[in-house]
Amino acid sequence: MSEQAPSPPARPTGRRKVELDPRLAAYKGVWVFIEHERGAAHQVSFELLGEGRKLADALGVELAGVVMGAPGEATRRFCAQAFHYGADLCYLVEDPILAEYRNEPYTRGLTDLVNVFQPEILLLGATTLGRDLAGSVATTLQTGLTADCTELNIDPENRSLAATRPTFGGSLLCTIQTLNYRPQMATVRPRVMSLPEPDTGRSGRIVEHPLGLVETDIVTKVLEFIPDQNRDQAQLAYADIIVSGGRGLKRPENFQLIWDLAKVLGAEVGASRPVTQAGWVSADRQVGQTGKTVRPKLYIAAGISGAIQHRVGMEASDVIIAINEDPAAPIFDFATYGIVGNAMQILPALTEAFRQHLATARKAG
Amino acid sequence: MHSVVCIKQVPDSSQIRVHPVTNTIMRQGVPAIINPYDLFALEAALKLKDRYGGRVTALCMGPPQAEAALRKALSFGADEAILVTDRAFAGSDTLATSFALASAIRQIQRDMAVDIVFTGKQTIDGDTAQVGPGVAKRLDLQLLTYVSNIDEVDLERGEIVVQRRAEGGVQVLKTRLPALVTVLEGINEMRFATLDDMFRAARYPLKVWNREQAGIEDVARIGLKGSPTVVAKVFAPQARRERAELIETHSGASSDVAATLLAKLFTRYPQVKAQVERQAL
Repeated sequence: MSEQAPSPPARPTGRRKVELDPRLAAYKGVWVFIEHERGAAHQVSFELLGEGRKLADALGVELAGVVMGAPGEATRRFCAQAFHYGADLCYLVEDPILAEYRNEPYTRGLTDLVNVFQPEILLLGATTLGRDLAGSVATTLQTGLTADCTELNIDPENRSLAATRPTFGGSLLCTIQTLNYRPQMATVRPRVMSLPEPDTGRSGRIVEHPLGLVETDIVTKVLEFIPDQNRDQAQLAYADIIVSGGRGLKRPENFQLIWDLAKVLGAEVGASRPVTQAGWVSADRQVGQTGKTVRPKLYIAAGISGAIQHRVGMEASDVIIAINEDPAAPIFDFATYGIVGNAMQILPALTEAFRQHLATARKAG
Repeated sequence: MHSVVCIKQVPDSSQIRVHPVTNTIMRQGVPAIINPYDLFALEAALKLKDRYGGRVTALCMGPPQAEAALRKALSFGADEAILVTDRAFAGSDTLATSFALASAIRQIQRDMAVDIVFTGKQTIDGDTAQVGPGVAKRLDLQLLTYVSNIDEVDLERGEIVVQRRAEGGVQVLKTRLPALVTVLEGINEMRFATLDDMFRAARYPLKVWNREQAGIEDVARIGLKGSPTVVAKVFAPQARRERAELIETHSGASSDVAATLLAKLFTRYPQVKAQVERQAL
């Protein structure tokens, strides 16, 4: 791709009141890229439709899903699902070239759609696929892209997207706007936004658009896809109960107490960064800014101080139980229940209490 | 085989503190390090050099003190180091940064063809993972992100086969060189610098390029002017929750504490009770 001049002339930035270039004022509507791999849509796309619905309603515009894939029933089903989760319409690009994700044809397809149908906001999941695609599309379109947002709003001053994201490893939040460029692009991590209730009665219209490429145009070939043996990653992000351990457990052997409690609860096991860095558990169990974002119904944190890097990854949990020896640990500032005490003693007691409760419940049930 | 490795000097984020009153970052005394993910990228390039010969050029855009990061890269075995530094770069977002880096790489290509541009998967200060894809698009390089293994490089055919981390699995991709590869952590282990290399690095005449030397004519493409995104505000996360209700008992025995907690939890949060029972049964 060759360099192209940025579509609008550069203007002084930092002002919040903006008179948008008339060419850019024509950009209307909120789009969500519907990510899918191996026949299933990624849940983050539906979470984004829930958020996109709010943005579209605030702006008084339509919400669209963007579905790209191989021709066929499966791809069409993603459009139907997008309608269930709130889309008014779907832009559909069907081509055998799109059967598996590759940067080149997906960038080309999405860029073309944007240039033809001109959305003002384009949202993608901050997944490996979403980040690969969003960075390429934003550069090709020469527009702004804000990564890993935790909150999206419309600025009432100028109707532009105000995208909030953690910065400096989660110590601070910053709100970023793309004032004089369109579309305004953002990626959002899985599990940061809540999943809306699907309405299977909802439908919408489909706008088809050709890809306009042939396979010989595409330089990169997928030789093979090796599925993960262990689908752990997805399980942790979507788990309803998580038991997490931190450095307060003192020794790697003590981490077994976390596994014991998790087993009784049928829960997933999480960890703070120092623990995964020390190799007590695998890195894909890390919860936090540089790990997974989770939002379970119950999060039990043992020996975790609650530094901001961990907090941003688990704060959306419904109920948080914190066990820590240090009464001044920051985790007690935002946990639901706190136990000031030695995790090596409390954890086995908690495991036993849950086991007894479940034995009684089983007998009664 | 000629690789260019883009490295960034970042503050060690594990040592950053936020001022409790002013909500600003306290940078004093925070050590500057090479972005840890970029070290995996550097090692990947050095490994290819070990195997196929050729050169490794380390490239860094940043303030003059980022020279230290490049000397470190030289001490690990990079053959050449270029610092691109100019006040005009201040305030660059990812789009402007990718423009500047791509321009500098084009200058490097004038002297010697580049087969692979390496970057880390993201930086630990920005965390965006956007600059790599941006540079690839600007230079029309094949983009390979989140690469967990380089299986094969065939210099004669100008092809590369890599494993790329995707959602739920690994894609094995084959593409044409030149390519831009963003490297996943854990792809390799960084080597130790030898004493000889450390001496060489300390004495090495580093190349320092300003905006013009990096081939950038249009100042509107870099710095604040070239950045579509604007930081509207920076603030500390608000406490969204109240302080925890502490569970205490007269006896202080762990079993009593656990029983009290369960009773409170299940009474006040019946949905959690239902979840626990459903999941375990």
